[in-house]
Amino acid sequence: MDNLQFFLYLLLLAGSTYLIRVIPFVAIKDKLHNRFILSFLYYIPYAVLTVMTIPAIFYATKSPLSALAGLIVAIVFALRKKSLTVVAVAACATVFVTECFLPI
Amino acid sequence: MNHFKRGLRAGIPIGLGYLSVSFTFGIMAVSYGLYWWQAVLISMTTVTSAGQFAGIGVMLHPGQYIQMLISQVTINIRYAFMSISLSQKTDSRFRGISRWVLGFMMTDEIFAVASQESTVSRSFFAGLTVLPYLGWSLGTLAGALLGNILPDRIMSALSVAIYGMFIAIVVPELKQSRPVVLVVVIALALSCAFSYIPLLAQVSSGIAITVCAVLAAAIGAWLFPVKEDETHG
Repeated sequence: MDNLQFFLYLLLLAGSTYLIRVIPFVAIKDKLHNRFILSFLYYIPYAVLTVMTIPAIFYATKSPLSALAGLIVAIVFALRKKSLTVVAVAACATVFVTECFLPI
Repeated sequence: MNHFKRGLRAGIPIGLGYLSVSFTFGIMAVSYGLYWWQAVLISMTTVTSAGQFAGIGVMLHPGQYIQMLISQVTINIRYAFMSISLSQKTDSRFRGISRWVLGFMMTDEIFAVASQESTVSRSFFAGLTVLPYLGWSLGTLAGALLGNILPDRIMSALSVAIYGMFIAIVVPELKQSRPVVLVVVIALALSCAFSYIPLLAQVSSGIAITVCAVLAAAIGAWLFPVKEDETHG
């Protein structure tokens, strides 16, 4: 791939990603009042995060078992309202320790 | 603690999680025949995971500019919803040029953390973006230059950091709100359907994420509309 082609691709990649993010952010200046839309926007983060986590987490680690262990520990810590960092570190540590015992 | 500092601190787990994801991206980009500086430039100008992975896939072939555009729009359309959602929570000073600049950093994880705030100030959001941006750029650089230098086990463990964060955001809300339980269950079912049911599994992950999330949130909004003041909790 020559440089010209790379930069054309980069422009499309970065440019489209940027515009998708920024145009709605800049265009909507006022508070919305439609109850359905407000409710939708309230639920959307939880929906997105759930979809991105399950089942992807089971394929992120070397074994679905260690991922499951990490998931369970993360849920337990989250139920106790630990901070994002604490939950994330606990999940990583669990995966690491679990994989030390798994035959992989 | 001022807003910027608080944002900076809230960005720590995102930055750490990004290190491992972008490290993988760096390795992959170089294995696809890109130079290290090209990989880093892509990360520094784009800052998105799924879109970049798909992007370097398209770059393998010459002249597929339309494919590049279509794949990016479908994978990234979820950001539009996030931007709309966050536009409802910004304070009065977070307008104009600051939205053009900071909107660049609207990633899944930054959105997730920012949406936990009742009002999002410009300086909080700015602080929040710093470490994730550094993590994303430096991780790519390291991956592109060093390749497989980190032991597998460490990479494997780091890769759940992001999911840990997501869980830390969703789970406490499940205790607070019954409707959110319903939304999460629907999202879960749809997500599994799009991963395991033969025809649905062929849908690209970016589109699947958007479709599943929009459906789940729309059903929730239809069955359990919230009162206006609840949406800012």
